[in-house]
Amino acid sequence: MAGNEWALHLEGLRKSFGDVQAVDGLDLVAGRGECLGLLGPNGAGKTTTIEICEGLTTPDQGQVKLLGLEWKRNAAELRQRIGIQLQETQFTDKLTVEETIRLFRSFYRRGLTVDALVTLVELEEKRKARVGGLSGGQKQRLAMALALAGDPELVFLDEPTTGLDPQARRHLWELVEELKRTGRTIILTTHYMEEAERLCDRVAIMDRGRKIAEGTPKELIALAGGEEIVELGVLQVADAERLAGRLKALDGVREHTALEGLHRMAVSELHRTTPGIFAVLEEEGAHLSEFRTHSATLEDVFVKLTGRNLRDA
Amino acid sequence: MPKLSEFLDRSSIFQLTWTRFRLMLREPEAIFWIFIFPILLAGGLGIAFRNRPADVLPVAATNAQMVAALNQSAELHAQLLNESEGQHALATGRVVLVVVALAAGVRYEFDDTNPDGRTARRAADHALQRAAGRRDVLATSDQLVHEVGSRYIDFVVPGLLGMNLMGSAMWGLGFSIVDMRQKKLLKRMVASPMPRSEFLLSFLFSRLAMLVLEVAVLLGFSWFAFGVPFRGSLWQLGALCVLTSLAFSALGLLVASRARTLEAVSGLMNLTMFPMWILSGIFFSASRFPSMVQPLVRALPLTAAIDALRGNMLEGLGLGQMLGPLAILLFWCVVPFALSLRIFRWR
Repeated sequence: MAGNEWALHLEGLRKSFGDVQAVDGLDLVAGRGECLGLLGPNGAGKTTTIEICEGLTTPDQGQVKLLGLEWKRNAAELRQRIGIQLQETQFTDKLTVEETIRLFRSFYRRGLTVDALVTLVELEEKRKARVGGLSGGQKQRLAMALALAGDPELVFLDEPTTGLDPQARRHLWELVEELKRTGRTIILTTHYMEEAERLCDRVAIMDRGRKIAEGTPKELIALAGGEEIVELGVLQVADAERLAGRLKALDGVREHTALEGLHRMAVSELHRTTPGIFAVLEEEGAHLSEFRTHSATLEDVFVKLTGRNLRDA
Repeated sequence: MPKLSEFLDRSSIFQLTWTRFRLMLREPEAIFWIFIFPILLAGGLGIAFRNRPADVLPVAATNAQMVAALNQSAELHAQLLNESEGQHALATGRVVLVVVALAAGVRYEFDDTNPDGRTARRAADHALQRAAGRRDVLATSDQLVHEVGSRYIDFVVPGLLGMNLMGSAMWGLGFSIVDMRQKKLLKRMVASPMPRSEFLLSFLFSRLAMLVLEVAVLLGFSWFAFGVPFRGSLWQLGALCVLTSLAFSALGLLVASRARTLEAVSGLMNLTMFPMWILSGIFFSASRFPSMVQPLVRALPLTAAIDALRGNMLEGLGLGQMLGPLAILLFWCVVPFALSLRIFRWR
């Protein structure tokens, strides 16, 4: 694909702050109309990456192309054509929703009307309300309205649902899905795996400034070694090593890791393999503290790739 | 006119300016400091320092004859005290002069740094010398003149105006900018296509709009309540206010150009304004400071502003006669503005 066909094209991106290498050689592309997710723990370099894309941070090295344009040469045009929602912006409490939207709308040559924006983010009832009185979810929807004021082709959302309650989060997801339907390219950072799974066509998993995996959520989950994950905690067993060996050897177990008595197995068919697991546990005389199964998620991919959990990494 | 409102909706400079103006009006504390406080201050000072007939000064003397002689003077009220009582009364400020009778003549005890003490000494000496038989050799008479424009209130109103222009410009700019920076709103605005020059201009425009109200309220009150004179041209007075406000806006911008928190900017603001509160002659003439520090005092923007405002209002000077202060104000417009553009932290 020629360079200008990509909505986003990053090559060899590096950025350090003092001793901290925030982004360490990142290549990333997003096609037009695609929703690309950057998933990773806090400090993985997601925000730095996205702020470099937004032209707010200058990279130490590497190339950034958005919609075939570069910040060095086409900053004014790029600002008109992209939409941005930043982490933790606090809008002015004493302005109303409508006043805030009208102010931001005035910065763009073309775009949606104030009415259309209010309707799009479903803040009609709060139109005349002061920003200071909005709930977290409503404030975040206001931030989305401002990101969309110029009817952008490319939208950057930096942790759009962090700190929201589940209902507000689902509400925002619906809004993002609406944006996808209108053909916009969306670049989204998150540390919620369900969010990435639900919204993103493709996900890049980041850790310590690098991209450690990339693909559709399905492909990545397949990477975790299976569709189902079994986790069990062993309280007491005569021979821990023999137990681990026998579990690993079971038919249908694709991956097995054991850490301090917690065994984690990737299993292709839960209903066939579970009886075998219990038989082994019985024979080895193991006492369990817990037993859990769940469908494999991007979290499991992260654990497999880094040996750490996404949340406490 | 739907066309005009549509145009204004789409004009970023109008929206930015109107937003600033709107936010100022929604800040009740700001309204108090900008409008009510200077009026209270002017009112209070005007009443406290109103011109009164000359005070009768309390003095003490150590014998009854002298008390009677001193009470002949309209300027003095004398009481009989012994020497130690008199000294105690002097130390506690109940009298300003003690007259002690000696074997030959009298001794005056008073604090020569207290103007009332000096006045009392002159009046007492005159009264006692007369009682002792001295006669004046020159015939004199008094004609009393109470000129509007020479009163303290006339002097202090231009000072208050200058102080108010300084405070509202610096706080108005500095606080809002740092507040927006702290809330990451500045970063968000810079991430949009908003022209940065319009962002800065919007502060100046809203400042000027506010200025009209602010100046009109303070000067209107002073004129109405105290009859403070306006001897210079009114449009030149307006121009001086604008120039003063621009200079302090530039200074406010500079103070706010790097600070990340409201605490930091508050400290910097006070640090910047404090020397001017003291040195710039708001409440008393700046020429009272020693000549060694005069170059510094004269170089301060508030001194220049207040000198020019007094020149216009009290002396009726034209702008052409005040090129010195004007040049200093202009300098304070250009240099801080240029500097802050270079170092401004946009995120």
